[in-house]
Amino acid sequence: MCGIAGLIHRGKSSDIGSELTAMLQSLKHRGPDSTGFALYGNPREGEYILRFKVAEQEDMRKGFKIHDQVKERRAEVDRRLGELGARKVQDDDATEYAYRYLISYDGDMKKLADYVEDVEGAEILSIGNALELVKDLGDATTVSGQYDLGTFQGTHAIGHTRMATESDVDIRSAHPYWAYPFNDIAVVHNGQLTNYWAFRRKLERGGHRFMSNCDSELIAVYIADRMNCGDDLEAAMHRSVDELDGVFTYVVATADTLGMAKDVMAAKPMVLYESDDFVALASEEVAIRSVFPHEIDTYDPYEGEVMVWQS
Amino acid sequence: MAELDRTHESHELGMHTEELTGRTQQTVFSAEESDNLVYPWASEVDFSRAAEIDAEPLDQRQVNQEIRRLMSEGYGTITVLNPGAKHSLGVGILSRLNLHFEGSLGYFGCGLLDGPNVTISGRVGWSCAENMMAGQVVIEKNAGSTFGAAIRGGDLVCKGDVGSRTGIDQKGGTIIVGGRTGAFSGFMMQRGRMVVLGDAGKNLGDSMYDGTIYVGGKIADLGVDAVEGEMSDLDCHWLSRKLGQYGLEVANGVENMTKIVSGKQLWNYDNLEPTEKKLVL
Repeated sequence: MCGIAGLIHRGKSSDIGSELTAMLQSLKHRGPDSTGFALYGNPREGEYILRFKVAEQEDMRKGFKIHDQVKERRAEVDRRLGELGARKVQDDDATEYAYRYLISYDGDMKKLADYVEDVEGAEILSIGNALELVKDLGDATTVSGQYDLGTFQGTHAIGHTRMATESDVDIRSAHPYWAYPFNDIAVVHNGQLTNYWAFRRKLERGGHRFMSNCDSELIAVYIADRMNCGDDLEAAMHRSVDELDGVFTYVVATADTLGMAKDVMAAKPMVLYESDDFVALASEEVAIRSVFPHEIDTYDPYEGEVMVWQS
Repeated sequence: MAELDRTHESHELGMHTEELTGRTQQTVFSAEESDNLVYPWASEVDFSRAAEIDAEPLDQRQVNQEIRRLMSEGYGTITVLNPGAKHSLGVGILSRLNLHFEGSLGYFGCGLLDGPNVTISGRVGWSCAENMMAGQVVIEKNAGSTFGAAIRGGDLVCKGDVGSRTGIDQKGGTIIVGGRTGAFSGFMMQRGRMVVLGDAGKNLGDSMYDGTIYVGGKIADLGVDAVEGEMSDLDCHWLSRKLGQYGLEVANGVENMTKIVSGKQLWNYDNLEPTEKKLVL
C-alpha cells in the first residue's frame, strides 16, 4: 500500500524534521516496514552533503565480522573520496552502518558516485547542496530518533512509509530514491509500474545504475535521465505520466521545488492542502492533520495531473 | 393525515422509469416495502433527543461505539465534533438517525448505511458511503475517489468536487456532485442516477449496464458503451425537484444537462435465471 507525504514552506525555513516525522508516523498503517525522509535544508555553496551506507541494517546481526567490515568499507570510501580530490569537511556517524559527510568537491559527480558505490556494500543515499536523505527499517518515530531528524530545519521535505510488496524489506528497497547522479533530487512513490523491466533495461543501456529491484527506483532514474536530456522537472514529470505504465502517485523534490504526479487512472490516493505560505500533501488527510489539527480545506488532484510548487 | 400515496409519488419523481431486469430482482425489489423496512435489532430513537461526541481524544472504533451506545439509549440526533479526518466513522448504521459531523472524515466514512440522515460540514476521503442502502449523506465540501461505490439506495450528495470513479458499480440510489467529478465515474453502473453539475472526467459511464448520468458541464469523453440519451420532461422534472431538495442549481438549467445512458451493446444482463441460461447455452 505505502504512504507518501510532502510539505513545502514558501519563503522560509521551518521544523520540517519534526513535521515530516509526525506526518509519516500517522501513515504508519500504510507501511510499517521502513520509513524514509528527504529533507531540504538551506543550500550550501560549494559543499555537498553525502549520505551513504556500507551495509544493510540486517547485515549487522550476522556475526562479529561485519563490524570490522563496515569499518574497512568506510575507510575505503574515505580513501577513494580523497583520491578524487573530495575534501571531507565534517563527518557524522548516523548509525554504525550509515554516515553523513560534508564534503567539498568540484569534480564529476557521477564519477565520484560510481567510484564510491564500487566499494562492497556501499550505496549513496543522496548527494546534494540541500538534500539529506535518510531511510531505514522501522516506523517514522524510530528512524527519526535514530538519525536525530527531529530538530532538522529546512524549507521542504518528502517522505515514505513502505509496505514491501514486490521487493525485500531492506534499506536499498526503501524510499525516497535519490535521482543518481543529480544533486538534490529525490522521489517517493505509491503504486506499481507495469513497464518497469522494459524501461529499466533501456535506462541501464543508457548508463544508469539501479541499486534495487524496486519499481519505484525507476521513477527517480527516469526523472534524472529526462533532466539529463534537457527537460526541466515539470516537463520530465508530464512525460513520465505519458510513458510510465501502471498505477502510481509520486512526489519529487529538488533543491527548491516540490512536485507531484498522478497516473491517468488516478488509482492511488493523494490529498492536498495549499495555503499562501505552505503546501502539504499526503496519501491520507490524517497525515496533514498531524501538522494542521484544525479544520482545513483539502482536495484530491485529478488523473494525469502534475503540480509543482517553489519554496 | 391522509396516507401518502408513495407509489404515485415515486412515479411522479421518475423513480420507476428504469426497467428492472432479472426475475429475482423484479420479485424481491419493492421501493414501497423498503421504505417501511426496520431491522428487528434497530434501536428505537427519538429525534428530539440530542447528544454530542468529541472525537478528538477517541480512536475511530471508540467513536463508532459511542454512536451506537447513544442510539441504544434512544438519542436520535447525534453531533460528532472534531472528527479530524479519521477513517471509517459513522459506518454500519442500520436505522433512522440524524447524524452530524462537524468537520472532515477520512476514508470509508459512512459506509454500509441503511436509513440515517448524515451531514458532514467538511470533506470526506475515499469511498464515502460505500454500499449505502438507504438514507441521506450530504457533504458540504469536497470528496475523494470512489465516492458512493456500489451504493444501492438513498441520496449521496457532495456539494464540492469529487475524485475519480464516482459511483463505480452503482446499483441504485442517487449520487449528486455539486462540482466536478474525475475519470471513470459511473464505471460499471448498474442502476440508479448520478447527477454531476460540473465537468466529468474521461471514460464517463464506461461499461455501464443501466442507470442514468446527468452532467451539467463538459464531459472529457465517454467510456465504452456509454451513449448520449435524450432529455425528457420527466428527467427535467425529477432533476429540478431532486436538486431543489439540496439547494443546488445547474448553471445552464436542468434542461441543458447532458444525459448519458448505456448503449447496451455490452449488456450482459438478460431476463434469464442462471438455470435457464444453462439451458440456452
